Amino acid sequence: MSVLMEVKNLKTYFNTEAGLVKAVDGVSYHINENETIGIVGESGCGKSVTQLSTIQLIATPPGRIVEGGVFFEGRDILKLEKNGQEMRSIRGGKISVIFQEPMTSLNPVMTIGRQLTEAIELHLKMTKEDAKKRAIELLDLVGIPSAKQRLSDFPHQFSGGMRQRVMIALGLSCNPRIIIADEPTTALDVTTQAQLLKLMQDVVREFKASLVIVTHNLGVVARYVERIYVMYAGRIIESGSCKDIFAHPRHPYTMGLLRAVPRLNEPKGKKLVPIVGLPPNLLNMPDTCAFLPRCPYAVEKCRQIPWPELRTLENGVHQTACHLDF
Amino acid sequence: MNATESDILVEVNDLKMHFPVLRGLLKRQVASVQAVDGVSFKIRRGETLGLVGESGCGKTTTGRCVLRLYDPTSGQIVFDGHDITHLKKQQIRPIRREISLIFQDPFSSLDPRQTAGQIVGEPMKIHKLTQNDSEYQDTLAELFKTVGLDPAMLDRVPHEFSGGQRQRIGIARALASQPSLIVCDEPISALDVSIQAQIINLLQELQEGNEGLTYLFIAHDLSVVRHISDRVAVMYLGRIVELTEAVNLFDNPKHPYTRALLSAVPIADPVFEESREWIPLEGEVPSPLNPPSGCTFHPRCQFVMEKCKKISPVLKETEPGHEVACHLVK
Repeated sequence: MSVLMEVKNLKTYFNTEAGLVKAVDGVSYHINENETIGIVGESGCGKSVTQLSTIQLIATPPGRIVEGGVFFEGRDILKLEKNGQEMRSIRGGKISVIFQEPMTSLNPVMTIGRQLTEAIELHLKMTKEDAKKRAIELLDLVGIPSAKQRLSDFPHQFSGGMRQRVMIALGLSCNPRIIIADEPTTALDVTTQAQLLKLMQDVVREFKASLVIVTHNLGVVARYVERIYVMYAGRIIESGSCKDIFAHPRHPYTMGLLRAVPRLNEPKGKKLVPIVGLPPNLLNMPDTCAFLPRCPYAVEKCRQIPWPELRTLENGVHQTACHLDF
Repeated sequence: MNATESDILVEVNDLKMHFPVLRGLLKRQVASVQAVDGVSFKIRRGETLGLVGESGCGKTTTGRCVLRLYDPTSGQIVFDGHDITHLKKQQIRPIRREISLIFQDPFSSLDPRQTAGQIVGEPMKIHKLTQNDSEYQDTLAELFKTVGLDPAMLDRVPHEFSGGQRQRIGIARALASQPSLIVCDEPISALDVSIQAQIINLLQELQEGNEGLTYLFIAHDLSVVRHISDRVAVMYLGRIVELTEAVNLFDNPKHPYTRALLSAVPIADPVFEESREWIPLEGEVPSPLNPPSGCTFHPRCQFVMEKCKKISPVLKETEPGHEVACHLVK
C-alpha cells in the first residue's frame, strides 16, 4: 500500500480579538491509497480546520497556516498559490470535500444540474452535453430517482438525505483521489446515515479513491474506518488501526471517550464514566499535556515535562502522545 | 407486567394531534399534518419511558401534548388519576408544577438577560413554593448543588457558562417546581460526547435520589435511550410500532422497522460490528401530510403482505410486557 497524501507538522493559527488560537498545532498523518481513515474528536479539537488547511480553504485573516507541508502527488501543495490555477484544479478536483450541512453548502439559487455540470466542465474540461450526461450518471449512482428530471430542481426541492446524496455526487463528479467527508451524516437520521455511509464506502471503492471521515461519532468510525487518528486540543494524541484502538486504547483521553459513550450491546445497568471537566480553552495553552487537568492517571512527571510527542508502540503502528504505559 | 392503578402516573389513550394546513385568503383548511395518530402508552411512577424515532415521527409532539402545550385533536391524557386533556388555562396551572420540561438546546432555551439564579428560581416564585426570601435563597443554592453547579455562580448570566453547565441550569429549573414527571426532549444531543455522559449520569442520579421522579425521555439516539430507559416506545410516522422493556427491545426486536432502525446504529466496537448485519431501508419516511394506507411502514417493509396495505395493525401485547403493531407478529 503506498502513501497517497502525507501531512507533516501542520500548524494553523487564528488571530482573534482575545488572542492567538492554535487550532491545529503540529499535526502529521498520512492517507494510503484505497483506504478509509477516520479523524475523531470533539468540537473545537481542530479536526475540521486540519482538513480545510490541507486544501488551503482557511480564510486569511483571521486564519493562517504557519508551518507544515501537505505532500500530494510528489509535491507540497501548501506551497501552491492559494487561488492559483494549480491549487484550484486540486481542490474540488483531485481532492474533494463533502461538508456537514447539505442545507448550506449547496447554492440555493442554482439548479442541482448546473452545480454539478459547472464543476465537471471546469475540472474535466467536458462539453456542456457530456457534462450533463455525466451529471445524470452521478445522480443515478448516488440513488436519486428519476435523475434526468431532477437536474432542473433546486436544492430546497430535495429532502435532507437527498441533498446529502447530491453533495456526494458533487464530491465524486471529478474523479477525485481523496474525498474528505466532514461530519457527513451528523444532521441526518440513523437510517439515512447508514444508507449514505454505505453508499460512500461503495463508491469510494468503485472509484479507487481514499476516504477521510471526520466525525465525533465513535460508532461511525468503528463500522466504516480502517485507521483512526484521535485529536485533542489541536493535536493528534493517538493513532492506529481501528481494531487496536478500540480493543486497547493507549491514551487516557481515548480511554475516557470509549468509557463515556453508551453502546447498544452493553449489559443493562452499566454506569457511564464521564470525562471530568471541560475541553481546554485554546487561548493561552500551557506547555504541558492539554489533557492533564482532566486526566485520571496524571502523575507528577506530567506536570514537569512538555506535552509528549507521539511515540510508536511495540506493534510498530499504534502511536500515543502519553508517556505512561497502559 | 401488572401495575395497579396508583402505580400509573401518566396514561395516554389513542392520542391524535393533527395540525391543519391552511391556504388562501379565507384560510381554508386544505389538509392536515397527522403528526401523532393514535398513540397509547402508560408511564409508571419512578420509571423512565424512552420515546425514540427518526425526525418527524411525532415524538416531540407527543411530549408536548403530555405537557399540554398543544391541545390534542382527540384522545385522552390522564395524569396522576386526573384527566387533563381538556383542562382550561387556569385549571392546568397546578398540574404545570407537577410536569416540567428539559429542552434540547441549552443555548437558546435560557433567557440571556436573566441570571442563572433567576432562571432556576422562576418556577418557585410562580408556584409560590417558598415562604420567605431566605428560604428561597437556601432552596436555590441547594438546587445548584444538586445539579453540580457552584452556588457562587447564581448571579452569572447564561453566556458565562459552558454547554454542559447550561444544560445543568436547565435541569435545575426543571427540578425547581418539585415535579413528579419531567419530559426530557433530546436533552443531550447538543452536547459533546465527553459531556453527554455527565448529563446522563446526573439524570440517573436525580432519579435514584428522588423516589417517584419519572422521566419521559425523548431522543433519536438509540444507544442513549437504551442506556437510560426502563421501557422504550419506538415511533414511526405518528404511531407507536413497538413498546417493551429496554433490554428486550434491543435483544429481541419484533417489528421490521425496529429491526432496521437498530441495525442502522453503528456500535463503538469494531469487532462486534463485523458480525452484525445491516438491514437497509429503501427510500425515505413518507410525508405525514399524506401517510400510506394500512400500515404506514408498508412501502418500506421487506415482509409486506396484501393485508398490510389495507389494514392498519393495532398495537397489541404479543408477550407479557411486549407490544407490537405488526400483522406478521402473532
